Amino acid sequence: MPIIQAFWAIIRRDLLLAFRRRAEMANPLFFFVLVVTLFPLAVGAQPNLLRAMAPGVIWVSALLAALLSLDSLFRSDFDDGSLEQMLLSPHALSILVLGKIIAHWLVTGLPLLLVAPLLAVFLGLPEQAMGTLWLTLILATPLLSLIGAIGVALTVGLRRGGMLLSLLVLPLYVPVLIFASGAVDRAASGLPVGAQLNILLAMLLSALVLVPLPTAAALKMSVN
Amino acid sequence: MENSQHVSLQASELSCFRDERLLFSELSFSLQAGEVLLLEGANGSGKTSLLRILCGFREADAGELYWCGSKIADSSYYNDMAYVGHADGTKKELTVLENLKFALALGSAGKYDIEQALDKVQLAGFDDNPVHTLSAGQKRRLSLARLLITHNLLWILDEPFTSLDRQGIKLIESLMAEHIAQGGMAVLTSHHDLSMADLNLKRIHLQACQ
Repeated sequence: MPIIQAFWAIIRRDLLLAFRRRAEMANPLFFFVLVVTLFPLAVGAQPNLLRAMAPGVIWVSALLAALLSLDSLFRSDFDDGSLEQMLLSPHALSILVLGKIIAHWLVTGLPLLLVAPLLAVFLGLPEQAMGTLWLTLILATPLLSLIGAIGVALTVGLRRGGMLLSLLVLPLYVPVLIFASGAVDRAASGLPVGAQLNILLAMLLSALVLVPLPTAAALKMSVN
Repeated sequence: MENSQHVSLQASELSCFRDERLLFSELSFSLQAGEVLLLEGANGSGKTSLLRILCGFREADAGELYWCGSKIADSSYYNDMAYVGHADGTKKELTVLENLKFALALGSAGKYDIEQALDKVQLAGFDDNPVHTLSAGQKRRLSLARLLITHNLLWILDEPFTSLDRQGIKLIESLMAEHIAQGGMAVLTSHHDLSMADLNLKRIHLQACQ
């Protein structure tokens, strides 16, 4: 089917672009690692304090790293006219947009997933919480890309949309932060985390369905 | 190109405001297969705005567009048109070939394959060059090559001759003449006077309303 071909083509293109611009793309990951490693230096090497703070520190850093990477989602396409060409494609824009969001997650979310356990060990997060940390990252980093996509699509046409983007997106990120860091926290104290994980999964599934359409509509408005 | 006789683009009573300023109103025209529409007018008279309305990027403040007799939203319009604007729509980090392959994936295959199209716009041999190494005129040729590899009947071109040399202009004119002869149509803005005498040319002169 042509639409599926277009969907894969867009993922492939964005991954290739990310590879060619790897220095730029590694920025959010560096930011994530830096923030987490700076914390122990600032609060002092107190193992108990760091262990208690670990879920929060990792999740706040992951969230800010995701926010930092959002602008690159549609910015270059908007600037060089590729977005106009995507709008003119006979294929549904929402499917193409979903392809872009998935590529964005593969480039910015997946590396966090690989680095985070290492940083968690470094902060002294108990071993029993590792699995939960992974699960929350798997469920919630795509959620950050999806929610962010709506905000970027709305602000990409504005010259200085950065501030507005944070204002739009951060309130929507807060529930993700609460449930994700809450789950890791509970796991660290040996409590059940099923409820939090289920809510994150529900949010992810509804975002997968609900995000592409308004994002496509917002992009149409921005190109105007 | 079957049914090319019945293909038509019709605009009825379009009007467009920009920042409270009326650019044009009650603009009607129709374009049949084999015709070229040249939009003329001073800077800021609304040529690009009209093209963006034709592309569907902007909504006209009044009026309606029809493709083959039905409203463009209900027709195969987006399958049949192609647009080359001020922005090239190519990725400068990707090679010429990668850019064209992506353009092909977004649309459906047209008259020429990628190699033939590059030959036509005299970019043969540049397949593996990243686009940022091309000159401005070569980038323009590349975005015009996109018109050749995808299926389309209507070309919408915003200043297609910018940054092209004299030979490049001739080349684009001959490609356009070929497209028209095969039953295609084109809408373009240009400050360069078209030198094609045998072309079925319509002109609209937009005058800035105060």
